[in-house]
Amino acid sequence: MASLLAATGRGIFWLLEYLGQLTILLKEMGASILFGRMRWRLLGEQVVNIGFGSQLVVVVTGAFTGAVFAAQTYFKFSSLGLGSGVGAVVSIAMCRELGPVLTGLMLAGRVGAAMAAEIGTMKVTEQIDALRSMGVHPVDYLVIPRVFAMFLSVPLLVAESIGFGLLASHWVAVYGFNVPAAWYDHHVLAHTALIDVSMGMIKGTVFGAIIVLISCHQGLNATNGAVGVGQGTTKAVVFSSLALLVVNFFLSLILNTLSPLGGYD
Amino acid sequence: MDLSAQQPANAAAPTPEAGQGHFFEVAGLRRTIGWQTILDGVDLNIRQGECMVILGRSGEGKSVLLKHLTGLMSPDEGSILVDGEEIVGVPERQLNKVRQKVGILFQDGALFDSFTVAENVAFPLTERGEKRREVLEERAREVLQMVELENHMDKMPVNISGGMRKRVALARAIITRPSCILYDEPTSGLDPIVSDSIDHLIIDMKHRFSITSVVVTHDMKSMFKIADRVAYLREGRIYFLGTPEELRHCPDPAVQNFIEGRSEATLREMEPKDPRTK
Repeated sequence: MASLLAATGRGIFWLLEYLGQLTILLKEMGASILFGRMRWRLLGEQVVNIGFGSQLVVVVTGAFTGAVFAAQTYFKFSSLGLGSGVGAVVSIAMCRELGPVLTGLMLAGRVGAAMAAEIGTMKVTEQIDALRSMGVHPVDYLVIPRVFAMFLSVPLLVAESIGFGLLASHWVAVYGFNVPAAWYDHHVLAHTALIDVSMGMIKGTVFGAIIVLISCHQGLNATNGAVGVGQGTTKAVVFSSLALLVVNFFLSLILNTLSPLGGYD
Repeated sequence: MDLSAQQPANAAAPTPEAGQGHFFEVAGLRRTIGWQTILDGVDLNIRQGECMVILGRSGEGKSVLLKHLTGLMSPDEGSILVDGEEIVGVPERQLNKVRQKVGILFQDGALFDSFTVAENVAFPLTERGEKRREVLEERAREVLQMVELENHMDKMPVNISGGMRKRVALARAIITRPSCILYDEPTSGLDPIVSDSIDHLIIDMKHRFSITSVVVTHDMKSMFKIADRVAYLREGRIYFLGTPEELRHCPDPAVQNFIEGRSEATLREMEPKDPRTK
């Protein structure tokens, strides 16, 4: 019992220390935005890397999630005589939850890991010390372009994921299960408002911020050579993914209070 | 002789060229990493324009001391004045002015993997706002000629040898003509010919531009060639401070063992001791 309490206490201290470190990095990021200068070339490179580089992952994830969700929903709804209502359910789910969450998880794996590994390698090979020795603040140079690239790219990637999810669900429902296209489209349009898509994009932006904060923190604090970089990269993906799922729950509650479901015809 | 004395082994020896301005003034520097005390009260003044070589066995904290000199590491206690300005306790962003006066050659070069050799060398100028491509290329070529690498400008760091990387890093350190250059083992891992050329370059930089040099090395041959003064770091303190000739004639057995490379001290003695273990 005592050891369980001690382990819990250690866990709480670790969590508080970790959150403190993230807050310090967040403060540094604020200072960089206010007092540093934007390196447009680096921003462009990161937009290409995050935005264009994630196309395949986001399109495949969005499309197949939409498709499988449409199929599963149809199997149950058709037995209740509600087959044409599949579009409404898929649309709301893709916009409010599946689009942003799955895009976020994919980006945590693809982009977060790359950020932690690249910055971590720079840390253990003294490249970050070299930057500092030349009067270049590492947060200005390495973190801020990634933050803005995330803010620019993630909402669009979420919208893209939602779009491909809806297209795929339409294809599965209409051509796979013979739901009349007019009915399907009517339900999608009647039950999906701009706020639903916006909600997904807002969530995506928050998730992007979480991924970049956690991943850059792991990179900047990497130690112990290649092993340390590997551990940091793993932690970046795991912590980002867990944080994203927890934050998503609270964001859903808050955003649903602001714009409740069921307010349509 | 009391090896744990606060004073260097040759504290009574007169220091040459006394009265010159100091570029670095280090007082009471202490730094502990984990359980290990790396620096335990280092006092060291380095004059403008001199070449100070810091000697010491592996793990004695030479590189740690070098990183403290430009604020890359912060001490637990002590004071460091760089060209008259205190850098201990100063926020990172306010150290930029001091750091522009000091170039560093890191132990493994620390070149940026994603840049070519020329881009690496020109990086400090780019960061200071120079955007003209022809100026950047010209300046990069100029310093790369000094390290005989002007034919490798377009190569990536991964495609050149370790010795070449170190010379590229040296070119990057000198491109802004800083007032001082810190060299972390500039000749380790290099063949004797290249080592000799690096030594000549350090001497040349000192004479042509009056650059203050601080060199961390194990290479005794190189030390005798380039040093104006030598500091021997032992057990976290400056154990010896003097000219290379004074070092050569220092009667202290620990100093002589180091110079001659004798391993009287057992390997166990060389290892840091964990105070938690009995």
